Amino acid sequence: MSQATLEIRAISGHAGSVPGAGVKRELEVCKLIDTTTCIGCKACEVACLEWNGLTFSETTFQNSYQTMPETAWNYWNLIKFNEHERDDGSLMLLMRKDQCMHCEEPGCLAACPADGAIVQYANGIVDFQQDRCIGCGYCITGCPFNIPKFSPQARKVFKCTLCADRVTQGLEPACIKSCPTGCLHFGTKAEMKELADHRATQLREHSGFAKAGVYDPSGVGGTHVIYVLHDASDPEVYGGLPADPHVPWTVQLWKKPLKWLGNLAIVAGVAGVFIHYLRYGPKTVPEDLQGGKP
Amino acid sequence: MDTTRRDFLKVAAAGGAAATVFGFDLAPAYAQLRELKIARATETRSTCPYCSVSCGVIIYTLGDRAKNVTPQVIHVEGDPDHPINRGTLCPKGASLEQDILNPRRLTKPQVRRPGKTEWEDISWDNAIGEIAQRVKKTRDETFVEKDASGRTVNRCEGMAFTGGCTDTNEFNYLVVKAMRSLGVCYLENQARV
Repeated sequence: MSQATLEIRAISGHAGSVPGAGVKRELEVCKLIDTTTCIGCKACEVACLEWNGLTFSETTFQNSYQTMPETAWNYWNLIKFNEHERDDGSLMLLMRKDQCMHCEEPGCLAACPADGAIVQYANGIVDFQQDRCIGCGYCITGCPFNIPKFSPQARKVFKCTLCADRVTQGLEPACIKSCPTGCLHFGTKAEMKELADHRATQLREHSGFAKAGVYDPSGVGGTHVIYVLHDASDPEVYGGLPADPHVPWTVQLWKKPLKWLGNLAIVAGVAGVFIHYLRYGPKTVPEDLQGGKP
Repeated sequence: MDTTRRDFLKVAAAGGAAATVFGFDLAPAYAQLRELKIARATETRSTCPYCSVSCGVIIYTLGDRAKNVTPQVIHVEGDPDHPINRGTLCPKGASLEQDILNPRRLTKPQVRRPGKTEWEDISWDNAIGEIAQRVKKTRDETFVEKDASGRTVNRCEGMAFTGGCTDTNEFNYLVVKAMRSLGVCYLENQARV
């Protein structure tokens, strides 16, 4: 097994320390998507299917170039096409590559109850381990980006792996490699942030996009997939990219305070019974009732 | 306080239960990573057969070309050392594996006879023989030795040649030699290799 080559940072549904976490130094990887130079050719979609061995599925025409309405359990990478009317009345065709954002604080991992079904590697990749997945679908409610998808055939949940198998071996993800316009970039998080900031500055100063900026939402602790947007003040127009994504409060409440309160209640119950037993001893039946047993 | 053996066991059991609930699970947790599917596959350089850009691709085949292995294509991706595409591919190029591993792919020559609606299989030898006969016939019928004003032109107007995008320089050199010797003027291909 090659798990030794990727250090684990966090494991879903796992109590106690994570074996090996924080032992080795590892670079954080990042995917940069420059939506301003995407031409919507979908080479990344095809490369994703090809590398991951996903079968082609029939789609329906939605009066758009978009392949299907949302990503699917066997379609992890989808270009979302959006016709956007700007304030001056001009039309823009916005294209955004939609896939797992590989959050620094992943909601799917927080919500998952199965030990080791969702793993966050030290390089930032959040990966699903289908052999440990119990198919409960809690990760779907935990994700602010609507990415994990349930497979009725496999009864497991699937999503983009950021090509963890390639990245472990020192290769870039399949989508990054294919992109013919060079709108996709791959490298360390620090390098990608720098490149993204540079590109956003270029757009602001030379291309007339005064609100251009970088999308790296702090609500989920930053992501390992970042965007350069023409208008960073309104990411919703890019096919529903949430402006301020958060792990749903229900998941947070349930997985943090309620979980500990519940555990505490169990332990307190057991301890109470035990203390009661020590103090008062075993239950004694009064002598006048002893004869009443059937 | 006197502690009996029984009390001690009870405390130990309760403590153990509490420790488990509060999360001291000593069972190892590992994540299994998928192996790189092309790790020891054979790499073969090739050219994408679609448009005239002629992107370089690497075709990964099963096995290491050992005698007893029948190679099969398992993956195709861009060639990072190719000066034209430097590893990138368009959606058609990225789907080349599906082009190769396709039940509808033609793997032998076929001919549709005049007046027929069906294609029939033909051997390579027969195909080349038939093509040669037609080339000879067409050339004999349409060869122009002199034009209207009596100038020697020696051209064959009844034929044209088109090449594909994977044709190499050397191949195209031979094409020009062969076609010009027949007098073919309409000579084109989309190769930029």
